[in-house]
Amino acid sequence: MADTFTPVNLLTGFLGSGKTTVLGRLLANPALSGTAVLINEFGEVGLDHHLIERIDETVVLLRSGCLCCTIRGELARAIRDLHSRRERCLVPAFERLVVESTGLADPFPILATLKADPVLRHHFRAGAVITTVDAVNGLSQLERHAEWIRQVAVADRLVLTKTDLTDEITVADLLTQIRRINPDAPLIRAAENDLDANGLLNHVRTASDFRSLPACDDAPRSNQHGERIRSFVVTVDEPIDWTAFGVWLTMLLNRHGDKVLRVKGILNLAGEPAPVAIHGVRHLVHNPVHMAAWPDEDRRSRIVFIVDGIDPDLVRRSLTAFNQLNGV
Amino acid sequence: MCSLCGVLGGNEYWADAVARPGVYTRNASLIERRRERVNRMRIANRVLAQFGMTLSDWQGTSFLLSTRTGKTEIMPDLGHLWPVAERLAGRVCDPLALPVIERLEQRHG
Repeated sequence: MADTFTPVNLLTGFLGSGKTTVLGRLLANPALSGTAVLINEFGEVGLDHHLIERIDETVVLLRSGCLCCTIRGELARAIRDLHSRRERCLVPAFERLVVESTGLADPFPILATLKADPVLRHHFRAGAVITTVDAVNGLSQLERHAEWIRQVAVADRLVLTKTDLTDEITVADLLTQIRRINPDAPLIRAAENDLDANGLLNHVRTASDFRSLPACDDAPRSNQHGERIRSFVVTVDEPIDWTAFGVWLTMLLNRHGDKVLRVKGILNLAGEPAPVAIHGVRHLVHNPVHMAAWPDEDRRSRIVFIVDGIDPDLVRRSLTAFNQLNGV
Repeated sequence: MCSLCGVLGGNEYWADAVARPGVYTRNASLIERRRERVNRMRIANRVLAQFGMTLSDWQGTSFLLSTRTGKTEIMPDLGHLWPVAERLAGRVCDPLALPVIERLEQRHG
């Protein structure tokens, strides 16, 4: 059965980090002609849709408000409207949607809208979250803005912009900080490289996505600027019991979902020959993906957590205790 | 459609996982779905016992969560379990709380 769900890619990044420039470069690629675009701007007068130089009925501007708070309902309505017009052949058939959020948007409510809307969730699925990071101002934004950290933490793909406007030492410092918040998302330097539109937008989770998951916590990953934000890896040697894991993660995210910025992992499930990938952002967990094969020789379950003020040892101990529930 | 609230569809709980290409699910067949449903209640009850609550099936379509004093609430799927449990119990249900972990560890010996 073909995938009939239209992927919705979220392009996010802090104010001035180059989201619209990246979007314009991506849309210039003929391979992305079947892409509808939703642009959200915070200001009263929307400009970004003019900057991407493609004005047709599949480019929709959501004005005056931020997607993640004041106009979340408008996002659902706009996507439903696009879907309706596509079904009635009133707009060119599009096979993916890109939502460009405001620079201040928290990505989680936008992803949650897709999952919660009774119409959208039957026609659309979450695609890649692409976060642009400004190499010139990234370090100062990290210190001052929690939104910056949330946007980097949730990214499936990172695009580093403006590296040609700063020195390599600053870039290296920024990369170190980024990797402490998001250890495994592929990172592209936009100034020096062509943007691989397919690689950025056609995001289907495969085993290779998990090849870069570290096998163990090899370094302290707390962040010197935001001490509470850190990432860590939980490695489980024994097979995971899926039912117990579901009860555990649901309970964890109910109580601590605001502090679990991201959870991503590859699980060796009891009774399953192939691994299963899980991926969550705060209170939201995407549908688990059945992988075709293991990415490498390591058959242990590996789960990366990016958290705000949660003790990694408690997470490990709790998961181990819950994982034994089925056997008692 | 949810027979109580009349809402079409209801929530989609990630651990239930709809039948979709590539999506991992234990809901592929009726027998498997029922087996998983019973197994999930059994495991949830081992945790809920710490909070004085019991989860039971309601006609194979919903779940009933009950306290020892008889307070009961119905829910369509286990995505709603822990917010309802906290409300009925009047306290937080935290899997990272040391007493919760220690009791589970003692249970395993």
